[in-house]
Amino acid sequence: MSKPKVAFYWCASCGGCEEAVVDLADAILGVVEAVDIVFWPVALDFKRSDVESLYDGELAACFINGGIRTSEQEEMAALLRRKAQAVIAFGSCSHLGGIPGLANLYSRESILNRVYLEAPSVDNRDRVLPKERSEADEGMLTLPAFSDSVRTLDQTIEVDYYLPGCPPPVTLIVNAVNALLSGNLPPKGTVLTGDKALCSECPRNATKPEKLSLKELKRPHQLIIDSKTCLLNQGVLCLGPATRCGCNAACLSANMPCTGCLGPTSHVKDYGAKALSAIASLLDSNEAEEIATLAQRIPDPAGTFYRYSLPASLLHHRAGNGRT
Amino acid sequence: MDEQFEPKLIGILCNWCSYMAADLVGTSRIRYAPNIRIIRVMCSGRIESQLILWAFRSGADGVLIGGCNPGDCHYQEGNYKALRRVTLLKQMLPQFGIEPERLRLDWICASCAEEMRKTVEGFTAQIRNLGPLRLQTPPLLKPIKIEMEVSRHVEA
Ligand code: SF4
Ligand code: FES
Repeated sequence: MSKPKVAFYWCASCGGCEEAVVDLADAILGVVEAVDIVFWPVALDFKRSDVESLYDGELAACFINGGIRTSEQEEMAALLRRKAQAVIAFGSCSHLGGIPGLANLYSRESILNRVYLEAPSVDNRDRVLPKERSEADEGMLTLPAFSDSVRTLDQTIEVDYYLPGCPPPVTLIVNAVNALLSGNLPPKGTVLTGDKALCSECPRNATKPEKLSLKELKRPHQLIIDSKTCLLNQGVLCLGPATRCGCNAACLSANMPCTGCLGPTSHVKDYGAKALSAIASLLDSNEAEEIATLAQRIPDPAGTFYRYSLPASLLHHRAGNGRT
Repeated sequence: MDEQFEPKLIGILCNWCSYMAADLVGTSRIRYAPNIRIIRVMCSGRIESQLILWAFRSGADGVLIGGCNPGDCHYQEGNYKALRRVTLLKQMLPQFGIEPERLRLDWICASCAEEMRKTVEGFTAQIRNLGPLRLQTPPLLKPIKIEMEVSRHVEA
């Protein structure tokens, strides 16, 4: 009997998700045993034509990481959707937009200007900007189009399952692969991890007081963080209360706060807004000015609360007419 | 002549004070700008940031939150929660190119019909001045529908 075929692909991402597959260590042998990897550009030399020559639905599953910014990424996502029975959005960028999605705080034009004209390390006297088509001695050269915003995978194609995380924790990957192989799958659209807040699996939860209040906010380099006590209780902004469980509180074990990469639970539409509400409610003051002073201790609220989820948010992108 | 921009405003008002004030405006036949659509909630502390962003996303040019005066919240602390959230949210809105003035929080007591009128009139004028909010949340965010060719799939 032939083994189920699977593919991996990457879009706007950092490569960390590919690293997570390698982090499967010996577990990857089991995966390789059970499936045929027919497309994985980062590791194996396959071409787009190899995918095109597959039957529709011939891939049992395709894991796509990264957000969608260029026309090439969009085309590949559509092609792989056609060839795969199940598409799994792999990692924060694919699931919610991820770090590259923070670019949605800037217009397309300002990004190109910054990168190709203004950055201090750039020497571009002829002010050349990348173009989709340019004439050269060799003929017409083409580049993929750079779209107006970063989109999540499910804003681009239909997605069957989500593997959250930056990158997804190894245990979640293994569970997902096993579920796919056994056919024992949850309903379409499920995020393949638990649906409780991270605090529920955090070893520091016992030291989180019933009624938390933040008298001050400190950044991790401004104190010596006690390794046993709840970080919010130490005045360090931890997004555990707003974030899904499934990572075994990995960052907390390294004495760092949760920054929210697993995204929201299924009851929440907009992760950043929810996290902002949760943290704001804890600010320990009833006086407008004092509250404002405390709030200013979060110098970059959009980057803090939407670090991994801006494209999936209600606002999605910076507004068109702001003066600020 | 240029047509005057008529902003769409959403008012989310608490049941016990600011909504009562808006009701009183009506029963007293006081007139104010018709731009605001009012939603009643039990307490301003109930108004989660998601609801405010949802209003902007759905086409609101401005959002007015109304609660009871400090110390008067029917549920003790709800209005302080609202104050903390709105403060932090207003700090973030400029990062999204949204003027913080588009979000306004006011304490309006149950019998303060005149104050309610002034607030709505003032807010309408202010947002009319700012102009429409143009968000980039295009309907293009719907995924492309791909029909698979099942017929080509023949088992060997
Ligand atoms: S707030 Fe952070 S440190 Fe505290 S219990 Fe939750 S996840 Fe753990
Ligand atoms: S009941 Fe009015 S603010 Fe809480």
